[in-house]
Amino acid sequence: MRSVHLASETDLEGWREAARGLLVEGVEPAAVRFRAGDAQGSLFDQPDRLPPVPRNTPLPVLSVPRAFLDLVEQVALHRSEDRFDLLYRLLWRLQRERALLHIASDRDVADAMERAKNVSRAAHKMKAFVRFRRIEDEDGEHWIAWFEPAHRVLERTAPFFQRRFTTMRWTILTPDGTAHWDLERLSFGPPAMKDQAPDGDDVEEFWKTYYASTFNPARLKTKMMQSEMPRRYWANLPEAALIPGMIREAEARLGTMVATPASPANARLMKAIAPVVQRPEPVSAPDSLAALSEAAQACRRCPLWRDATQAVCGKGPARADLMIVGEQPGDQEDLAGEPFVGPAGQVLDAALAEAGLDRDRVWITNAVKHFKHEPRGKRRLHKTPDAGEVEACRWWLDAERALVKPRLIVTLGATAALGVLGHKIAVTKDRGRPIRLEDGTPVLPTVHPSYLLRLPDEATRAAERARFIDDLKTARALL
Amino acid sequence: MARLDLRRKLEILADAAKYDASCASSGAAKRNSVGGKGIGSTEGMGICHAYTPDGRCVSLLKILLTNFCIYDCAYCINRVSSNVPRARFSVQEVVDLTLNFYRRNYIEGLFLSSGIVQSGDYTMEELVRVARMLREEHDFRGYIHLKLIPEADPDLVAQAGLYADRLSANIELPRDEALARLAPQKDAGVIKRTMGQVRQRVEAARPAKKDRMRPPRFAPGGQSTQLIIGADGAPDGEILERSASLYGGYGLRRVYYSAFSPIPDSSAQLPLSKPPLIREHRLYQADWLMRFYGFSAPEIASATPDGMLDLAVDPKLGWALANRASFPVDVNLAERETLLRVPGLGVRSVDRILKVRRYRTLRLEDIQRLTRSLDKIRPFITTLDWTPGGLTDAVDLRARLVKPQAPEQLSLF
Repeated sequence: MRSVHLASETDLEGWREAARGLLVEGVEPAAVRFRAGDAQGSLFDQPDRLPPVPRNTPLPVLSVPRAFLDLVEQVALHRSEDRFDLLYRLLWRLQRERALLHIASDRDVADAMERAKNVSRAAHKMKAFVRFRRIEDEDGEHWIAWFEPAHRVLERTAPFFQRRFTTMRWTILTPDGTAHWDLERLSFGPPAMKDQAPDGDDVEEFWKTYYASTFNPARLKTKMMQSEMPRRYWANLPEAALIPGMIREAEARLGTMVATPASPANARLMKAIAPVVQRPEPVSAPDSLAALSEAAQACRRCPLWRDATQAVCGKGPARADLMIVGEQPGDQEDLAGEPFVGPAGQVLDAALAEAGLDRDRVWITNAVKHFKHEPRGKRRLHKTPDAGEVEACRWWLDAERALVKPRLIVTLGATAALGVLGHKIAVTKDRGRPIRLEDGTPVLPTVHPSYLLRLPDEATRAAERARFIDDLKTARALL
Repeated sequence: MARLDLRRKLEILADAAKYDASCASSGAAKRNSVGGKGIGSTEGMGICHAYTPDGRCVSLLKILLTNFCIYDCAYCINRVSSNVPRARFSVQEVVDLTLNFYRRNYIEGLFLSSGIVQSGDYTMEELVRVARMLREEHDFRGYIHLKLIPEADPDLVAQAGLYADRLSANIELPRDEALARLAPQKDAGVIKRTMGQVRQRVEAARPAKKDRMRPPRFAPGGQSTQLIIGADGAPDGEILERSASLYGGYGLRRVYYSAFSPIPDSSAQLPLSKPPLIREHRLYQADWLMRFYGFSAPEIASATPDGMLDLAVDPKLGWALANRASFPVDVNLAERETLLRVPGLGVRSVDRILKVRRYRTLRLEDIQRLTRSLDKIRPFITTLDWTPGGLTDAVDLRARLVKPQAPEQLSLF
C-alpha cells in the first residue's frame, strides 16, 4: 500500500501534484492512501518515497472537466479522512469514463456530490451563524467572532465577510485557522482557541430579546428548527441558550392565551378607529360617469370580480358623439384601470388615427367590466366572457350609454355586439353596416383589434387591418 | 404615557410583527459594501441567521414601527380593540437597531411594517423615512423589505420601491367577503390595485436591452403577500385558486400561508385552537407544485374529495393516488413534465435522471441514489429491473404509503 502524506488538511496543490504522478505511474486507487495533517497512516503503509514528477516532464494529457475541478475544491474541505482517496479514485476513473461526472447515480459520483453538498452547506451555515462581538483596542473598533465550522470552509467563506463588512475591522477565529480583515487586506493565520474571543457584547441582550419575542409559542416545530440550526452550532450562538426555556414554557403560554377571555377595548384608542369601508352594491343607475366607475367596483352581478383587480369602466369625454365598445379589459387594462391601454389598445389607436378619428373625443369602454382570465404560471390567459356574464354586465353598459348619449356606437367583436344589441350577430357578415337600437341609435359592428393581432399571416393582417380602418371611416362618415 | 426603554419596545414590536410569515431575504440584486461607506451585501440567496423553536427562520429584523393601529381587524393582535401593550419606535431607533444587529451578523436586513397611525399616507411616509435613512445616510446595502400600506399614495409606493428590495401588501384572507367581515376598515380592491401597481412598476424598472438609460430602481426582489389559513371557512381548493390568481396577476415571488394562530386578547369571532400547522405545510407543498411542477390549482383540488388537501399524504402523492391511470411512468423514457408528476421525485432528482439516462439505462438502485427514499416512488415507476405490477393499482396503496405516526396535532382543549 502506497501512502501520500499531504502538508495540510486542505493541501489541494500537494494532492494534485501527487495524484498526477501516481496516475502517470499507473498506481491503482486501491493501492494508495492519502493522509493529511496529523493523521497517522497504518503501520504497514510505506511512505511514498518516489520523487515527485518534475513539473516540466511531458505528461500524457490529463485533461479533466471543469466540473471535476470544482468538485475537488469542495470535497477537499470535507472533514472525512478518505476524501482525497475518493478524489483520486474519481480522477482515475475519469481517464477511462469520460462522462463519469454526468452519472449522478454512480456510487463514487453520488458520494462526492453528497460531500460537496455538505461542504457547501457548512459554508452557508458559517455565513449564517458567525456572531461578531465588538471590542475596542489600540486601533479602535474590532469585531471578533469564534466559530466552529462543520467542514474546513474558513478560507472559502472569509471573502463573503469581506464583501459584507468592508468597512469593519474583523477577525474570525476557528479551530482550523483565523481570518482577519484589516480594512484593506484579508489574511489567514493559525488555529485559534475559544478563549481568544471576547466573551460578550452589550447588544447580545437585545438580540436575545428579539429572538425570544419573534417566537410564536402556539406553533412549536422543534424538528424543523433543529434540521436547519443543528445542535453542533448552538454553543456559539448566544440566542441558543434560550431555546430549552422557550420550548418548556410554550404550552403553558398557549394555554394562558386561550383561557384568558378578551378584555374590553380601550376607550381612548377606540376614539381613533378608522371608518368602516362601505361598498353597497348599487340598485339604481348612478347619475354620473365618475359615480358609475366608483360603484362598479362593488359589482357582484357575476363572479368575475373575484379574480380581477378592479372593474374597468369607460374613458373619454362625458358627451362623446362616438362610443366604442370592446369585449373586456385585458391583463394591462385590469392593472391600470383603463380600457384599451394594452397591445390591442395600440392597434386601435393607430387605426383610429388613420381613419381620422380622435381617440380623445371618443368614449371607449367594454361590454364586460372585469377581466375574465385563467392563471397560467406567472401569466393570465384571456378567456371569452360567456353570454351570462355579458348579460349581467349590460346593466352597466346601458347605464354608461344613458349617461354618454352617443350618436353612434361601434362594437368591436362578437362580445361587444352581444353586449350592446342583446343578441348575437355574425360579425364578419354584419360588419360595416349600421343596425338601429330601439331608441334609434345606430350601431356599427366591426372586428376586435386583438383579432388583427392574432392573424399569423402578414398579408392577411394587412388586408384585415385595412378593412378595419374602412369600418372606422364608415363610422366617421355616419357621425 | 410612560417612556418605555428600548428593549421593552423591541419586545413589544417584535411580538407584534411575528404573525407575518414572510422572512425571505432572497431575490435582491447582487451588491456589497466594497467601495462604499457603509456595510451590507446581498448575493442572491437569502440567509437564515437563526431558527426559533416554531421552526421559522430569523433572517430579517422583523418589527413594526408602531403597533398602535386605527383598524380593527379581528385576526390581528394589533387591532385597535385589543389590549396588548403599545409602543412606538422612532425612525432613528429602528435604524440603529438594524445596523447594530447587522454588524454582529445576526440578520440580513430589516423587514419593517407598521400599524396604521393617523392615515395610510402618514404611516407609509414613516416607513419610507427609515429605509431612506438606512440607504442614504448610512449607505446600508443589506436587505430591506417594506410593508406597503395599500391606502397610501402611489408616489409613496414608488419611493418605497426605490429603497426596498422587496415590498408586500397582505391580502390576508382567501375570500374577499371574509376580509370585509373580519377587517371592516380594509378594502380587498385597494390591496389588489396596490399589488397591480407594484407589478407594473417592477416591470417598468426591468431594463430592456435597447434602453440606454437604466430605468429607476424599483424593488428588484419583487413582491409577496400572505394568506391566513383557518380564520375564514375557505377550503384549500379555493385558497390555491386565490394563490394562482395572485401569482398570475401580480407576478408575486411568494404567497405565504400562515396558519391562524391564537393571539393574546383574541377576538371572540375567531377559532381558539392550535394553528393548523400540517394544513399550512400541505398548502406550501401544493403551492410548490403550482410553481415548479406544472400543476394547476384545479388539478390539485380535483384530487381532493371536499376541496381539502389530505393531511396524511403530500398533495403530489394525493394527486397520483387519484390518477393511477397515469402510472407507472418509465423513468428511462418519460418526458420531464411526466417525471415531475411522480411522487417523491423532486425537480433536482428529475433533472439528474434526465442527465444520467443519456449515459446509462436506469435501474432501481440508480433511482435510490438520485432521490431520498424509494418507498413513495416505487409504485409509480418502471426501471430496467423493476415494474410495480399490481402495486400501482393496489386498493391499500395509500395505507401502505402513509407512515404510521403518533398524531402530532393533539387537541389541547
